[in-house]
Amino acid sequence: MNGGLKTVGNGGQMSDVWRMIGRRLLFGCLTLFVISVVIFGATELLPGDLARQLLGQSATPETLAALREQLGLNAPAPLRYWNWLTAALHGDFGVSMANKRPIADLVSARLGNTLFLALYAAALAVPLALILGVLAALWRNSWFDRAANSLALTSISFPEFFVAYILVLWLAQSGLFPSMVRITPGTTFGARLYMSFLPALTLTLVVTAHMMRMTRAAIINLLASPYIEMARLKGMSPLRVILRHAVPNALAPIINVVALNLAYLITGVVVVEVVFVYPGLGQLMVDAVTNRDIAVVQAVALIFASAYVLLNLIADVLSTVTNPRLMHQR
Amino acid sequence: MTKLILPHAVTRRGLLKGAAAVGAAGLLLPGSMGSARAEPKKGGVFRVGIGHGSTTDGYDPAVWDNLYAQTFAAARHNQLIEVGADGNLVPEIAESWESSDAKTWVFKIRQGVSFHSGKTVTIDDVIASINHHLGEKSTSAAKPYLEPIADMKADGQNLVVTLKAPNADFPYIMSDYHLPIMPATDGKIDPTSSDGCGPYIVESYEPGVQATLNRNANYWKTDRAHFDQVVVLVILDSAARLNALMTGEVDAIDQVEPSTIPMLESRGVANIVSVSGNAHYCFPMDARAAPFSDNNVRLALKYAFDRQELVDKILNGHGSVSNDNPIGPASRYFFKDMEPKGYDPDKAKSFLKKAGMDNLEVTLVAADAAFAGAVDAAVLISEKAAAAGITITVDRAPNDAYWDNVWLKKPFCASYWGGRAVEDQMFSVAYTKGAAWNESYWDNARFEELLVAARSELDEAKRREMYYEMQKIVSFEGSTIIPMYNNYVMGLSKKLATPEKVASDWNLDGFRCVERWWFT
Repeated sequence: MNGGLKTVGNGGQMSDVWRMIGRRLLFGCLTLFVISVVIFGATELLPGDLARQLLGQSATPETLAALREQLGLNAPAPLRYWNWLTAALHGDFGVSMANKRPIADLVSARLGNTLFLALYAAALAVPLALILGVLAALWRNSWFDRAANSLALTSISFPEFFVAYILVLWLAQSGLFPSMVRITPGTTFGARLYMSFLPALTLTLVVTAHMMRMTRAAIINLLASPYIEMARLKGMSPLRVILRHAVPNALAPIINVVALNLAYLITGVVVVEVVFVYPGLGQLMVDAVTNRDIAVVQAVALIFASAYVLLNLIADVLSTVTNPRLMHQR
Repeated sequence: MTKLILPHAVTRRGLLKGAAAVGAAGLLLPGSMGSARAEPKKGGVFRVGIGHGSTTDGYDPAVWDNLYAQTFAAARHNQLIEVGADGNLVPEIAESWESSDAKTWVFKIRQGVSFHSGKTVTIDDVIASINHHLGEKSTSAAKPYLEPIADMKADGQNLVVTLKAPNADFPYIMSDYHLPIMPATDGKIDPTSSDGCGPYIVESYEPGVQATLNRNANYWKTDRAHFDQVVVLVILDSAARLNALMTGEVDAIDQVEPSTIPMLESRGVANIVSVSGNAHYCFPMDARAAPFSDNNVRLALKYAFDRQELVDKILNGHGSVSNDNPIGPASRYFFKDMEPKGYDPDKAKSFLKKAGMDNLEVTLVAADAAFAGAVDAAVLISEKAAAAGITITVDRAPNDAYWDNVWLKKPFCASYWGGRAVEDQMFSVAYTKGAAWNESYWDNARFEELLVAARSELDEAKRREMYYEMQKIVSFEGSTIIPMYNNYVMGLSKKLATPEKVASDWNLDGFRCVERWWFT
């Protein structure tokens, strides 16, 4: 991933990193542009348009024509795309075509909710996965390793909604936790954590296995290396060998899989949102696609794409910085 | 000519007398609910979870199309006229109304009612609220209903509406949910404003998520709006809705899935309210296209439907058999004693023979977008029709864009109607020649003639006679198979009380649960 990275001399390492970030951001923007074109094209291919969807069964030819005129749907597609693009480049994502609310308003609260849930789930899942992964590597092939592996694989194998319903059955119907999330402007942070516990737990169960197994595999891979052998011969405890010597070298793949899962937590949780009635971006995206509300679709798609681009960038930067061989190339 | 007067006490004279019979089909209530009923008590926060609503919803009455928008609207608005729980018209912002010829209608506007903003409701607001749906540029779903209006003007504090042709049911149109009274500036209402003159004032609203409203202290109806606060929530997933009710997160939900009703009842945490109205599920056939252009083929198909089985299996008993009649048991002129059509493969075969066929092959397009269980219903129908020599191939369509690509396009498909309070409205919307939503493209001269005549007929008995004949024509010559009326099934917390009678015109007590129900 860092093949193109060249050093000019000692002391240039950090500037190399900055150069990489700059270049990746540039490519990121290009990616976002391509994505916006693809999304726009894909929405064009869907049957029906916003006017048809808004009027639904009650559409008559006259009301349809009038609404299309009002919404500016009669202009050719490339022109509509161009209008959207120029406005977006000026920072104006426009208003929802369906209910005339500014998209910034529509998206901001939900983006906050989505990020909150993603961070909450990550705060539960990442430490859990790392600890389990390290312990599984330490006691590999023991009963602990097997149990942790099979539990994690079981929870990832069930569909999310199934895990969610099971949690509702066990934890919500007994009254321990609420079965739906109702966030109002006055909700305190503590209440939010409590209300969002079940969706966060569902997501934790879904993403832990991936990260845990990657941690375990990356560490075990290194355990056969001569320098680990050397550390052992020095008489270090197995845990210390892993934490001091193996983990730092296994960080790159772990960081990458964590980033991938974080991106998933932001973009892929619509099913969990539906089950727990969580007002996040996923439901907004589904509504917008169903209604062909192209301005909202574009905005949300770009947020999702940005999450992937940024998290991948962070992962690459972190794996570079944590790898002395990449930082101090000769 | 009879003079029609409807003062506050709703004494009905002349032609509108028949309205008392509306809603005869009534309501099934569990025994426990009857005993818990007492004088309404004030207070509490009422949370209702609704299986509709989207981020694209808004305040503009012209585009309201789902139960969420309707219930939220009923919480903050009043209309000219309300449809009471028993189906009669109840004065709301119109204190009374009268007409001597059913062509010129005079609505007396109630004085001393104010909007949430403090502005007094005037005749200008009323006219602007109706005008919002009219005109060339209007995209309103209410536009077709209001088409018959020739002229509208203020006469002091009275609204005088002149129609293009007499219509004895015109006041019913004024009760349509698209017509809330909203404040006007320069003759126009602001469709982005939440201001109304209804029972609750909007505190916050996030489309597709929830709305919170507080009681309007100045509400003119003193015997209504019992809750301090109302929260209207969007809960699209039916399992999530059920969970929310069972765990006490909400106090009421709409659309309880028929298959989950026995479970909910056995848990004993909530009451089921099942109301039979005029809503129905149907299967229109394109009357212009062969083989459906032959009425014998249509009759063969009608006799090949096992209606009772559909009611039992698709509605889990929460509905009733329909005799291909879009006029439901909750209607004034419902033709109850029409000759029923049982499942009769032999009779179906004989009709096929009359059409000169030994067997028939048709394709039925269905998607659950039409109604919950539509695909299952189509499969059941296909199984039963086989015995009559009719092969029905079920073509499952995607839910997305069903109304765009299938409905009104495919010759035989699944559809539904929410039911209409007025016979004329139901017939005009879906059964007259050239109507935009005439889903079967059916055209019957005698029917058209009767429909126009009945509209202006002021003699109650003659009018009933005409509507009976029309129902018979639609049932036996029509091109729409209507096997069942579906009940509105709601789940209510045990703390919640409803009036003796829950309205059958729409779901959730005609959307008005927020102002009619209370906590015990």
